[in-house]
Amino acid sequence: MIPELCKKMFPKSLWLFHTNCGSCNGCDIEVIDVLTPYYDVERFGMKLVGSPRHADALVVTGGVTRQVAPALRRLYEATPDPKVVIAVGACAVGGNIWFDTYNMLGGADKVIPVNMYIPGCPARPEAIIYGAALALGLVPKKMFAQHEEHLPTGFNLDEYVKEWQDVPVVTRG
Amino acid sequence: MFKAKLKEAVLCLSAGRVTLKYPFAPSDVPPKFRGRIMFDAHKCIGCGGCANVCPPRCIVMEDMGEVTRITFYLERCIQCARCHEVCPEDAVWPTEQFETATPDKSDLTSDMTVWMSSCQRCGRCFESDNAIDKFRSKRWRGRGPGEANKHGIFPTKPPIYFEPPKQLVREEEDL
Repeated sequence: MIPELCKKMFPKSLWLFHTNCGSCNGCDIEVIDVLTPYYDVERFGMKLVGSPRHADALVVTGGVTRQVAPALRRLYEATPDPKVVIAVGACAVGGNIWFDTYNMLGGADKVIPVNMYIPGCPARPEAIIYGAALALGLVPKKMFAQHEEHLPTGFNLDEYVKEWQDVPVVTRG
Repeated sequence: MFKAKLKEAVLCLSAGRVTLKYPFAPSDVPPKFRGRIMFDAHKCIGCGGCANVCPPRCIVMEDMGEVTRITFYLERCIQCARCHEVCPEDAVWPTEQFETATPDKSDLTSDMTVWMSSCQRCGRCFESDNAIDKFRSKRWRGRGPGEANKHGIFPTKPPIYFEPPKQLVREEEDL
């Protein structure tokens, strides 16, 4: 749905505003790498701009720290509609190893709605290009969740899980 | 002056195109590249080694008596492949897939459910029928010398050879 919307809303060029919300600079380097002639995301009309008021898309790197969270919120509100938020890296997507620490909120989606998740630590430049191309509807989606089970035949897993849902973890087993 | 400019032009022309054609042509990954992790519930014995070593705790084990559920929160996976390193059964391994961008966050949460049966003495769970049957099967650490890694991605761990005592081998039961 998002690619179709993107095609409608951004028929020409997507201008990016890159914001670091407590990243280690690994993802920032990869985002800059994507703009070099070797990877060249400017083929698709994307370029970095200096102000969120000029931007169509926010590129967020880093699990959002406590201090930067209100600033990120203001940044999102300063970006004119319609806008796309792209979270790059494991920090911005799910918080990485800081997902439950006191000073990190653990992901950009805790503060602002995110439209495109690009996991990876850091995300490869190709992965970022793929995310951008996916947002523009140029490539098919390739990421799917894997659900596997190895159970005896006739075992009703849903009922069994329901029984265990109310049992506190401490008293299990 | 003119000569220098001409030389520069020739240099620039001879360099050709350096930009990757990436989204329209597949991109190769370097050898030993660690991408998205995948797993096989039929090989897993539910030992929890992967959940123990995972630095971002993206592998979470839930002990539900006869069933163990292992959830992979790939959104915070840092692709360190420690899980693959400690897994005795090679039930989890990194693939070469790096195209993991998704507009839907639920694509990033995978899980597997493994059936465990409980010990008659202590009541704790262990992995059911395969524990002994796997000794017999070729799949169980079954890389002979010179065989390629079954995933073809990672360097092989040194194979462990184990000959089960014959009296322990029992008839195969239906799971």
